[in-house]
Amino acid sequence: MLDTAADLRRCLQRCRTIAVVGLSDQWHRPSFFAAKYMQHQGWRIVPVNPRLAGGQILGETVYARLEDIPQAVDMVDVFRKSEDVPPIVESAIAIGAKCLWLQLGVVHQAAADAASAAGLDVVMDRCVKIEHARLFGGLNFVGVNTGVLSARRQGAGDRA
Amino acid sequence: MSERRHRGDHRFHPDTLAIHAGQIPDAATGARALPIYQTTSFVFDSAEHAAALFNLQTFGNVYSRLSNPTVAALEERVAALEQGRAAVACASGMAAESLVLTTLLQAGDHVVAAGALYGGTVTMLAVNLAKFGIETTFVDATRPEAFVAAMRPNTRAVFAESLGNPSLVVLDIAAVAEVAHAHGVPLIVDNTVPSPLLCNPIEHGADIVVHSATKYLGGHGTTLAGVVVESGRFPWDNGKFPGMTEPSPGYHGVRFYETFGDFGFTMRCRMEGLRVHGAALAPMAAWQVLQGIETLPLRMARHCDNALAVARYLQAKPQVAWVNYPGLPGHPQHALLMRQMRGASGLLAFGLNGGESAGVRFIEAAQIMSHLVNIGDTRTLVSHPASTTHRQLNAEQQLAAGVRPEMVRLSVGLEHIDDILWDIDQALAAAAVA
Repeated sequence: MLDTAADLRRCLQRCRTIAVVGLSDQWHRPSFFAAKYMQHQGWRIVPVNPRLAGGQILGETVYARLEDIPQAVDMVDVFRKSEDVPPIVESAIAIGAKCLWLQLGVVHQAAADAASAAGLDVVMDRCVKIEHARLFGGLNFVGVNTGVLSARRQGAGDRA
Repeated sequence: MSERRHRGDHRFHPDTLAIHAGQIPDAATGARALPIYQTTSFVFDSAEHAAALFNLQTFGNVYSRLSNPTVAALEERVAALEQGRAAVACASGMAAESLVLTTLLQAGDHVVAAGALYGGTVTMLAVNLAKFGIETTFVDATRPEAFVAAMRPNTRAVFAESLGNPSLVVLDIAAVAEVAHAHGVPLIVDNTVPSPLLCNPIEHGADIVVHSATKYLGGHGTTLAGVVVESGRFPWDNGKFPGMTEPSPGYHGVRFYETFGDFGFTMRCRMEGLRVHGAALAPMAAWQVLQGIETLPLRMARHCDNALAVARYLQAKPQVAWVNYPGLPGHPQHALLMRQMRGASGLLAFGLNGGESAGVRFIEAAQIMSHLVNIGDTRTLVSHPASTTHRQLNAEQQLAAGVRPEMVRLSVGLEHIDDILWDIDQALAAAAVA
């Protein structure tokens, strides 16, 4: 389980393509906020949502399952109920993802352990947008206690 | 909450947080000291970027009434010192209290508040908020059971000071937090007098902390500022706070708790409160307060040492009728203070045998103690609350606020203790001559 600022920073730096499982097409939903933010930061977003498969969200084609995505996926970011996590983890392992990211409130220890055992970086109960903004700048604009103390220039050598 | 968020990382001491938290060397220039972003507005990268910023889908600065990088450094530093999740700064301590209460409450709501509060706060609750249909019941802050008795179905907040000004009543934060939480409402604590160095109310169960940063945080008597900190632990979706969970009519349908989670309350304060009421903090003022915070740990230690020495000195003087300083072992709340604070701060009160007139003569005879109504300055300050800070209160409200007619309030400064005691000694002698 990745928990330190250094590990989370490294994980975000090595992932460029994120499959967002459970991405909503409603602009005010948290999944849409997070995906739009990551896209703005330069990530490739791949929406996964069986209900909207074939359509488009944020200019990207929506797929029903992780296995349907034609290109390589670095991170699988999960916006689903905790009990829905195990089959998603099986798919994430099957498609060779490097990281399993379970969003705030999404907690499934056994599935997380299975992903770790398969060699994936695992982050649980954190928001990808909030952690990115915490570690690479942005969250500090709205007075959040980022826990980041450093005497090095902001962004020096650690741009995600 | 920051505890859980930053699990696994090195835990820095308050002395280090006071210098570093919230300020990483500037990305553009590498400036080591905090740049003062003296600008009202910030350019957008594109129309699409502007839209994402207004929708709060990306973090960034738009206009300094909402956020400013210099002000944000102060916000994060105070949030870190308070072990909170997030903070929002505003133009004064009173602005911070107004921001919390007007964001949280609406007409028909009820507040349970400590009776022993700063006079301006009593007026805000008893007069200004009452004007908008928000009622407050004031209770004895030394009795948690008094808070229980005052709770009503429409109570939406409990408000108290961790260390009362100038009553020096110590709040049993854990006990009162329990009362508030049993009713599903947040405990708001004004932590101005101890400063975050001596007390962290969130650690004891408080949900929201407010500061007049004008006092010990800034510390030099130069600059007005206020800060609101949220713990990140309050369950806003308990059914009592639809403003946190329902689409905001004040900010095009954003659901603050769902969207921002454990920093949803300060985001709502910012986007609904600061944006509309406008009591934003100037960047220059934020910089001056931050400059003060860097030495907060050193200053608080000296304030505590000097105040304890003054309290002991006054206690031994025959002209002195009573001394109120919870740092004295004989004080009835000393054990509680020692349990939840790391010192009793620099504020104390006393009365002379000669009553109010002797107190007035004492104040007028002071030579290096400044007669004014502020606290938390480097200088030792002396005042008569009944005729100044608490003048707008009637006699009954004054007694409830812990203000007796003869009370002299001292905010003990950082001068050499021998010089402070010399001035007190000569002023006591002058006061004795009727």
